[in-house]
Amino acid sequence: MHSFHELILLLVVLSDFWVLGTTRLSSTIRATAIQGVLLAALPIALYLHPSVHLIGLALGTFLVKAVVLPYFLTRAIREAAVRREIEPLIGFTASLMLGAAAVALSFAIAPRLELGSIPSAMLVPVALATVIIGLIVLTTRNKALTQVVGYLILENGIYIFGLTQAERVPFLVELGVLLDVFAGVFIMGIVVFHINRAFDSLDSALLTELKD
Amino acid sequence: MLLLGLILLPAAAGLLATFLRSVRSRVAVLVGVASLHVVGTAWLWWAHDVSALGGWLAVDALGRIVLSVVSLVFLAVAVYAIGFLAAQQAKGRRLFIRCLLAFLSAASLVSLAHHLALVWIGMEATTLALAPLVFFKRDRRSLEAAWKYLVLSSVGIALALLGTFFLAAAQVDGRPLILEDLILGAATLRPGLLHAAFVFLLVGYGTKMGLAPLHSWKPDTYGEAPSLVAGLMAGALTSCAFLGLARTTEVMAAAHQTAFIQPPLLALGLASLIISAGFMIGQADLKRLLAYSSVEHMGLLAIALGIGGAGTYGAALHLLNNGLIKTVMFLAVGNVVMLSGTSEASATRGLLRRAPITGALLVAGLFAVTGSPPFGLFVSEFTILGAAFHEGLVWLAVVVLALLAVIFVGMARMILGVAYGRADADAPRLVETFPLVAGSVLLGGLVLMLGLYIPSPLHDSLAEAARALGGGAP
Repeated sequence: MHSFHELILLLVVLSDFWVLGTTRLSSTIRATAIQGVLLAALPIALYLHPSVHLIGLALGTFLVKAVVLPYFLTRAIREAAVRREIEPLIGFTASLMLGAAAVALSFAIAPRLELGSIPSAMLVPVALATVIIGLIVLTTRNKALTQVVGYLILENGIYIFGLTQAERVPFLVELGVLLDVFAGVFIMGIVVFHINRAFDSLDSALLTELKD
Repeated sequence: MLLLGLILLPAAAGLLATFLRSVRSRVAVLVGVASLHVVGTAWLWWAHDVSALGGWLAVDALGRIVLSVVSLVFLAVAVYAIGFLAAQQAKGRRLFIRCLLAFLSAASLVSLAHHLALVWIGMEATTLALAPLVFFKRDRRSLEAAWKYLVLSSVGIALALLGTFFLAAAQVDGRPLILEDLILGAATLRPGLLHAAFVFLLVGYGTKMGLAPLHSWKPDTYGEAPSLVAGLMAGALTSCAFLGLARTTEVMAAAHQTAFIQPPLLALGLASLIISAGFMIGQADLKRLLAYSSVEHMGLLAIALGIGGAGTYGAALHLLNNGLIKTVMFLAVGNVVMLSGTSEASATRGLLRRAPITGALLVAGLFAVTGSPPFGLFVSEFTILGAAFHEGLVWLAVVVLALLAVIFVGMARMILGVAYGRADADAPRLVETFPLVAGSVLLGGLVLMLGLYIPSPLHDSLAEAARALGGGAP
């Protein structure tokens, strides 16, 4: 079971690519739900004798990222007629290539950070790759909902990086971060719902009235 | 106990306000909590070595200055809310007060936290607390503004979290992410990770401050949000965001990294001045004009941190001045919107005759915000520019002065037109009730006082804050 966490990290990268390559909105939400499950399992898999603190973190992550947020986002798009990402600014193949480049770059950079002792060599590169892929999704997709998913992926990458410091950063802090992410995505989901109602579409590209 | 009270009281009152039936009692809770908060904050100027939660919360000079700005600005906004809410439909008012109080709680947390992750949590909470209020008008434009505000701020603040984790990783010993321990052990911080941490924190908190080129949410958000919410953002929220950057600067200064942080701070600051000068010329909307003015002043603060030396004293003083005067301006523009129904400058003329106190505040505010004597911003900008000369950055001082002149012209053209322009004889007048002007008059008076005389406890605090930022008093 020693390399169980490496399997999880590999699956995290795969779920990143799933979001990059899929057209269906419901499918991107499912990918983040699966990523939520993986992230919840990660702290337990990384440390052989998980403390109460890590188990609490795993439970909280599971509840917020694997259950509540996916359920909420699914409800937010249920009424939308459009279920597909039609024309991203960058094509799907191109964004998959960008994602691959992000992974390569992350594995190149990570060893140069003098991080001291960390539980897994793959942790930092996967974290950085997930952050970059989250940013790619955020900036290249037109649908407001996909952008929320991009933000979630970005946060997930930061969460993975945070696990390198999990033993040092107190539980209260992680709980606060989780709560903020939850509230953030919740409010974004409500705005997505209003965008859908006001424009009959989830396109954030239609939001162009304000400019100088 | 007092520190926890400053954070928890507004949050608890927000919950309480949910259950109160009448608008009158909810507004009473809002103003009551705001007043208590000012009293508690004032108490901190006399109490020494207050801390709570094992050093996670503590009072230092810079945090106290930011908390004072937040507290005063909030009181002015709360009083204004009495007049504002009376003129609104019933729908949304309950949420309005709850969000305002949640913001006060989060902003107090940012000011008092000495645990950098706690600073982050508070900062994200301030962002989220005000997001529903940007969408107050419930139309397409405010929806777009709310979306941009949420996405850009959230992404920015997410990068700040990554920077915070980098900082934790850079730390070798001491309690993790506690400001005092970071500063004490600054010499042992791993330089590579420290640099990466600074870059992410600068981008993250810089986005929240609205430094160019990370400012694009600002004009839209300030333009669409109700004026008192925009005033709270420009006065209090940006001050909190600056504190996030200042905490980072404190650590970098203690680690002798000023040479590393100077170029990016100066670059972002100058970009902010250039962008705001460019977009103020030919601007048609008062609130968007003020938004660019906020970008300008955040740029000046970044430049002041970058200059170092006496510039840091100027930064602390400028933070105080800018927070107060921005709120005055936005509340005055709020009255203009009440009068004309829009913040477009061309819709309002002859303000001085139709709403004399508001008009006078707007004109005085124009001279104050552009750094004219005898107002406080003149003193702080003079200190910053003086520091630039002293540190051998003469080119910088010259460029900044030129840009400030352009900005003065852009602002004066619009505001003087609104104040003096010829209006029809039968144009409606505004009944300037006490709540609509009291807060602005109070804050405006303070800015005037700061230009003439700085009380010695304040001077000592500013000097202490400047030393923490790696500089000193001029």
